[in-house]
This record gives sequence, structure tokens and C-alpha cells, in this order.
Amino acid sequence: MSDYIIKVENLVKRFGELVAVDHINFQVARGEIFGFLGPNGAGKTTTINILCTLSKPTSGQAIVNGFDVVRQQSQVRQSIGLVFQDSSLDERLSGLQNLRFHALVYSVPASIREQRIEQVLRMMELWDKRNSTVRTYSGGMKRRLELARGLLHYPKVLFLDEPTLGLDPQTRNRLWEYILELRKHEGTTIFLTTHYMDEADNAERIAVMDYGKIVAMDTPQKLKRTVSKDIISVKTDNDDRAAEEIRRRYQIETKRDNNELTFEVASGEKFLPTFIKEFTTKILSVSLRHPSLDDVFLKLTGREIREEETSNTLKTTAHQHSHRFQH
Amino acid sequence: MKNLRAVYIIWYRDMLRLWHDKIRLVGAIALPLLFLVVFGIGLTSKMGALGPGVNFTQFMFPGIIGMTVLMSSFMSGVSVVWDREFGFLKEVLVAPINRTSVAVGKTLGAATVAMIQGTIVLLFAPLTGVSLSPGTVLMLLPLMFLLAFSMGAFGVLLATRIKTMEAFQAVMPMLTFPMIFLSGVFFPLEGIPSWMSILTKINPATYGIITIRQIALGTTSGTTFGLNLFGHTMSLWNNVGVLATFGVVMILLAMQSFSRQE
Repeated sequence: MSDYIIKVENLVKRFGELVAVDHINFQVARGEIFGFLGPNGAGKTTTINILCTLSKPTSGQAIVNGFDVVRQQSQVRQSIGLVFQDSSLDERLSGLQNLRFHALVYSVPASIREQRIEQVLRMMELWDKRNSTVRTYSGGMKRRLELARGLLHYPKVLFLDEPTLGLDPQTRNRLWEYILELRKHEGTTIFLTTHYMDEADNAERIAVMDYGKIVAMDTPQKLKRTVSKDIISVKTDNDDRAAEEIRRRYQIETKRDNNELTFEVASGEKFLPTFIKEFTTKILSVSLRHPSLDDVFLKLTGREIREEETSNTLKTTAHQHSHRFQH
Repeated sequence: MKNLRAVYIIWYRDMLRLWHDKIRLVGAIALPLLFLVVFGIGLTSKMGALGPGVNFTQFMFPGIIGMTVLMSSFMSGVSVVWDREFGFLKEVLVAPINRTSVAVGKTLGAATVAMIQGTIVLLFAPLTGVSLSPGTVLMLLPLMFLLAFSMGAFGVLLATRIKTMEAFQAVMPMLTFPMIFLSGVFFPLEGIPSWMSILTKINPATYGIITIRQIALGTTSGTTFGLNLFGHTMSLWNNVGVLATFGVVMILLAMQSFSRQE
């Protein structure tokens, strides 16, 4: 078996004139958390739909767990778990019944079925609510139930398509604790898409997508490093002297705003210890800021992924968009 | 074997849903009973006998049973549209099961729910003065099932083609009402204008409704309440044959359409 659980080569998906996915290539290693980052309509969901056999590629090839997504659909489906952008639960059934349905459909052996259902429900802290109709669940609980269901059949890859869309920040953080927890316990490969920058930071590797193309792919740390350097801010008892000393020692120009000096270095973590040890001007405080993925996206595409995209007005367009792409 | 299991699982889900919404049973038989009571009381005394010893209520009763089965099954089949709207269809479409089994399971689920509702309406027979022998009931049940299965498959086929709720809401009344009104549920098909007669003969539901009536009222051997197609008086088996052919074509198309959708 190869080390890569997902291999995508020259994948293209056209909807009429629109090229939703434009010759993309990437691999995902076993056990990795891999993220697709990009604005709505960038082609993230379309790619996921192809990988999970919901949609057929126009050209190119995609292999999941050693199976071709076009020719070996059934094996691919058995290998993957999915949590969609929009709920795909049967709201008229109870949480337990939703999971039983899933277990039957994915042929989870009867001998371990009930035990496994209990395990995933407890992991997502839904055991007490198992007999309630899903209709009565909160948004966060539904998402957790979907996570539990996605895991039920021991998938090799868990696809999370905008797993925290529309959830409040607290619920989002909580959900991520669950996701990281389950990765630790089950060793599942996780493939996620998001347009939340802080969420993408949870991934070990990120592909930045825009207009159907992958414009960059690396670890979040390295991506940020390619964009700009770390930003150091210092307060001293004598700013003029400090600026002079920084210029002399490191050949770096400083900027003065308010009553602090800011300057950029390649790696803040490596720079700071020596800086503090050897700097002769008295330092009152020092802070280090890493560039964010927002900076990365801005640099790569010339546009920002704006937070408004999650607000209600734009959510409608996002919804229409996803519909257009999903059918 | 795996496919049979998939059929069972999809069918089982429909049973679970029915169990959760037992009120649906009441709702689905309320309309047929309303028709039976209102039209029965309002029209029976004015219409006289429609056949040998058959008054209007008795004439209408088998039609109402057919209507119950037809509507319920067709609606359940089409409910795949709701599954798409509420997202559950995706869970089914990405599952490692054969999609043709899903179409069959869904059709059987729709037919089963319809049979339960049709049987409940059948229990009202004594109140209408239609006497049913056990033998008659044993003939009626498979026929009701054939009608339910055909209409369920038709519904599933339609649901795979309808992608939006707007289209769904536009199409449904345009199909269900003509199908019911032009199948002889409420009036005998003899002596109607030829254009209307043609429509009733195109309507596949007709072949189920009139056969249910002929069996329930014991007129299978004669031409009473029968159908004349191209100068040929349709026998019981002729009608069953037409309905069965329609059912087989529908389920095959539904299976094909279901497995093709993205």
C-alpha cells in the first residue's frame, strides 16, 4: 500500500462554461489532517464531491484508499466518512436510529454494532440524547451526531466539508476538540475544507484554492513564512538608541508607531532569545506576531477572505453556489 | 444478498418513520373517509342504482380504496424530493450500497405504507353496505399492492427528475388530481364523451381502480363497471396485465434514473 491515501492527478470538473476545478494535483498522507482553504465557489466542495463519488470528474484521476473514484465507487464509499456542509441526518428519526441505519448501510458487523454506536455517541457526548428525535437537537449537537456517524464504520478518511459553518465560535472550538480527539484515538486521515482562517490552522497541511486552482500548498507555518516575516514589537526606555542599535546589529530598519518599535525578522522564535540576551538598550516589553493565513490568502490572490462571507446576506449566495455545484 | 439487505434497510427506514409519525395514518385516511361520507350522503339518494343492487356509496367505496392506495404510495415515492431537500438523500447516495436497491427499497416502503392505509379504509366496508368475503379480500390485497407498487415506482422516478421544491409543488397537483378524477373513482366510465374516455384509458390508475371495483362488487365476470379498449372488453387479467406492465416499466426506469443521478 502506498503512503498516500488520496492521490489526485490533473483533476478537472466543468459545469458548462464554468471550470469549477481546473487541473489540480495533490496527495494526502495516511493519518494527515489536510485542509482546503479558499472562498466560497473556489471549487473545494466540488473536489470533495468527486473524491466521495457524488460527482464524476470531467477528466483526470482521483484515487482514495487505493480505489479509483470513478471505477471503484463502492470500495471508495466504504473507505470514507463524510460530514457535509448541510445536515444530512433524518430529522424524524432519533440519533440512535440514524446511527443504526448508517451501521446497516455500511455493513458494520452485528457483533460490534451496538458497542461501536455507544462508543461514538459517548465520544461526541450524545449518549444521553440518543433516543431524542434529531429535530430537537441544537445545531452543534446535529454536527456532532454527523461526526459520530461519519466515524461509525471505521473510515480510512473522514471528509469534513465546512464542518463548523454556521456554528457559534464556542461550539466551533468545542467541535475541533472532538475532531482532534478522534484523530488521536482512531488515527483517521482528515480532509477538511474551510474558509475560516483560524480553522485551517488546525490542519497539518493546507492547499489554498482559488477559482478552481490550487495556488499554494504547504504547512500553515511555512505558508505564512513565504508571505511575510514575523513581526517583532519592542518597547524600550530609549527608542532612538534602540532603533540605532537594531540598525547596527541586524541591518534592519524599524518603524515607530505610538511608543513602540516594530520590525520584521525571518523567524521570531529563533531571533528573540539572542536578541534579548545581547541587546544593550533596556527592553520594557517585547511581543512577537506571526502573519496569519489571512495575510497568506491576500498575498496569493490579491483578495481577502472576508468574514462577511459567513454573514447571512452572503450565506444565501453561498447556498445557491453550493447547490449549483452539487447537482 | 448485499443488494437485498440494502432494499430491506431502505424499506425499514420508511417503517420507522411511519412509526414515529403515526398521525400520518390518521391524516391519510381522513380525506378518503371525508369523500365517502360527504359524497355518499349527499349524492346516494339522488343517483339511484348505478348497477345491479349497487348504490352510489357502494360504487364509490372501492374507488376510494384505490384512491387511498394510489395517493399515499405516489406521495411516499415522491418524498425522495424531501430527502434531497433536507439532505438525507446524500447519506444514501454516498453509502456503499447499490442505488438500484435504494430505488426498489423506497418503492416497497411507499407501497407498504399505502397498503396499511388502504387496509384501514377497507375495514369501513360494512358501513357502506359492501359485503366482502374473505376470498374477495384475499384477491383485493394483492391488487391493491400492485397498484401501490406501480404508483410508488412512478413517484420515485419522478422524484429523481425533479430537482427543486418549486417544480415539485407545480407538478404534483397537476398529476395527482387528473390521475384520480380520470380513473373512475367517482363516476362510471360508460357514456362519457370520447375525449374524456381516451384520457381515462391513457391513465394507468384506471386499470387498478376498475379492477378493485369489479372484484369488490363481484362484477368481474360481466361488463358492469368494466372497460372497453379498442372494442375489446377488458377482462380482469387484461387489466392486471396493463397495470403490471406499467409497474415494471416504472420500476426499471426508476432504478436506472436513481443510479444515474449525481
